[in-house]
Amino acid sequence: MNFAFTEEQDFLRSEVRKLLDAQCDVKHVREIADTSEGYSRDLWQQIGELGWIGLAIPEAHGGGGLGWEELVILFEETGRSLFPSPLLSTVLCAETIARFGSDTQKQRWLPGLADGSQIGTLAFLEESDEWSPKAVALSGKREGRELVLDGDKRFVQDVVAADLLAVFFRRDDGELGIAIVESKSAGVSAKSRDPLDKTKRFGDLTLAGVRVPQEDILSAGEAEAQQILELGALAAAAEIVGTAEGALDLTVKYAMDREQFEKPIGQFQGVKHPLAETYMEIETLKSLVYFAAWALDSGDDSIALATSQAKAYASEVITRAGVMGIQLHGAVGYTLEYDIQLYLKRSKWARPMFGNEIHHYERAAALGGL
Amino acid sequence: MDFDFSPEEDAFRETVKSFLDENLPDEYDAHDPKFLKQWNHALGKAGYLGFAWPKEAGGAGGAIIEQFILKEEMSTRRAPALGTDFMGLTWVGPAIIEYGSEEQKQKFLPEMFAGESIWCTGYSEPGSGSDLASLSTRAEPDGDDYIVNGQKIWTTLAHVAKYIFMLVRTESTSRYGGITCLLIPMDTPGIEVQPIPSLLGVASFNQVFFKDVRVPKSCRLGKEGQGWKVVVGALAQERSGISEATEKLRHIEDLEKLARKVKRNGKPAIEDPDVRRKLASFRTRIAAMRLTGMRHLTAQLQGKRPSSETSINKLLRAHLEFEMDDFSLGMLGTEAQADGTWQHRSLSYHGSVIGGGTPNIQRNIISERVLGLPKD
Repeated sequence: MNFAFTEEQDFLRSEVRKLLDAQCDVKHVREIADTSEGYSRDLWQQIGELGWIGLAIPEAHGGGGLGWEELVILFEETGRSLFPSPLLSTVLCAETIARFGSDTQKQRWLPGLADGSQIGTLAFLEESDEWSPKAVALSGKREGRELVLDGDKRFVQDVVAADLLAVFFRRDDGELGIAIVESKSAGVSAKSRDPLDKTKRFGDLTLAGVRVPQEDILSAGEAEAQQILELGALAAAAEIVGTAEGALDLTVKYAMDREQFEKPIGQFQGVKHPLAETYMEIETLKSLVYFAAWALDSGDDSIALATSQAKAYASEVITRAGVMGIQLHGAVGYTLEYDIQLYLKRSKWARPMFGNEIHHYERAAALGGL
Repeated sequence: MDFDFSPEEDAFRETVKSFLDENLPDEYDAHDPKFLKQWNHALGKAGYLGFAWPKEAGGAGGAIIEQFILKEEMSTRRAPALGTDFMGLTWVGPAIIEYGSEEQKQKFLPEMFAGESIWCTGYSEPGSGSDLASLSTRAEPDGDDYIVNGQKIWTTLAHVAKYIFMLVRTESTSRYGGITCLLIPMDTPGIEVQPIPSLLGVASFNQVFFKDVRVPKSCRLGKEGQGWKVVVGALAQERSGISEATEKLRHIEDLEKLARKVKRNGKPAIEDPDVRRKLASFRTRIAAMRLTGMRHLTAQLQGKRPSSETSINKLLRAHLEFEMDDFSLGMLGTEAQADGTWQHRSLSYHGSVIGGGTPNIQRNIISERVLGLPKD
């Protein structure tokens, strides 16, 4: 039993943080968020070269061959920096291929995703708004050696930037399938939607008679789709750890600087106690997130429950941390100028992503035998 | 990271389980002195008292990780893990090992293992509760002795204790540096104990009066003025929270049983989505408590002292107590007015939430020592 990161993992964290602090401080985040693309191609290229995107992709396919313990560190740091990029989407698309693709498929797509020359994403959610494989209805009809995809997807992350889409569909025989579709294929159209949090981009996807050859279909059904949702939930929970900690640090700093009644407001228990609560919640969340990452990497049978517990609690923690940050800042918290609002907006993205606490506590109840 | 236990550790868990099979009756009265004595004896014989203490101090020299397993299994079986002397074995013993003289170790530790001594802890005073460092019970030097005068309050088990582990003021100008720790037999002339009925109507804590109590200086634990340091370490021991997590696991099991039994809208409450989610939320935080305990354990194994971050589990536990209690009584409905197990629990948990530092004190510790906010 050992609940600590290794020296190498701590080093990875400090390297990621160093680069993001230097090149993606909050001023840059605001600049990037104001562009129409919503991410910096320079930074994207850089993190591709540094091996961040392909951290967990097998070395044979151009990645670093590491696992979710490392990905959790990466997402925690990108979450802390509010790093605007299609990283999470691309990593999840690559994980889908790495886990359920043939050797040929992996060789074909993974190196491009690992180095960032290709951007990938998951096209999962539909009109039902249910983060459950059972809810996937987009039609995949077989026509000879091809599959024809018809239907709509909603809230597809980084859909405009993406080159490769992992599309979850329903076969004629009722089985679920996952196809890798190039976004430039005929019949694919993406329409961006205005986000509340401009550091995260998404939109709607329409597939109208998109023809997919057999060799672009992964070997995956409902159980495999569920695994991908668990990875997504963990990735979002890890980002939340960092984002919540970022909001806490910013608010602690404000509480030390801001003086009222001739004292720093951080001296008043009405201010310091909510900060202590947030700290306690973040530390508690870390325990859940790190354990889930270990469970994933070691194939422990608690993966499903652990990821649901992590994301359920994460959704609550980030929601409260966002509110706490604004409220303790007082009037300046309500301005565009102060950065704390960026964290509140991020909480609106993070809470529902891959299922909110209502979804995940219900799931955790069922998985826990209730 | 690695959450698997080694084959040796798994084997140790099995040994503990067999011990419990053999020695713990299915039903027992936790207040029956005869049972407690037997139980204590069995624990001592198995080497489970002072399990992780060094062998030269009379402990079993067990690994910290095995102690974790031991605590977990004890709690899983709802055993009175530390017999009768909870305070002695949890923090007085470790404090004596760290700061005690050879003579003190010889005198106190063997008795502790034999289950022949009960310790109480004299921290709070009428004027010094959450602000413990303001305490004013004085110990005046007089030759080779101290003369102790003052009053302690909320002293759990003082009415049955053989010894008191207490803080006194030996110097008045320095707030923290003037505090000293003494180990005093409760039958010393001049000590008077007055039980205070708790809101449950039973005597569990006391007032202890000290009137010209003469004790030899050899009763002092550590140096003069070192008392605060001794106690901060002792309190951190109390807050590591590992067995608390297992205790909460028993609590949630009981709560789930209750939810299967009581009805909501004509159906078992457990079928109500709100109830299910709430229970899952409790389970999630209890799982996290155990994991956080393991993070602290890892830090301990790496040779780091327990830090003020241990307040996390104490604070989280307080939240769980409040919410789980509220939830259980909500499910009981009007039945909440009658006397019963859940209702009783609803009154008694306040003691453990307040003892060892209220939730607000934990928030102060976290915000000042961890977040670096100014003291108020």
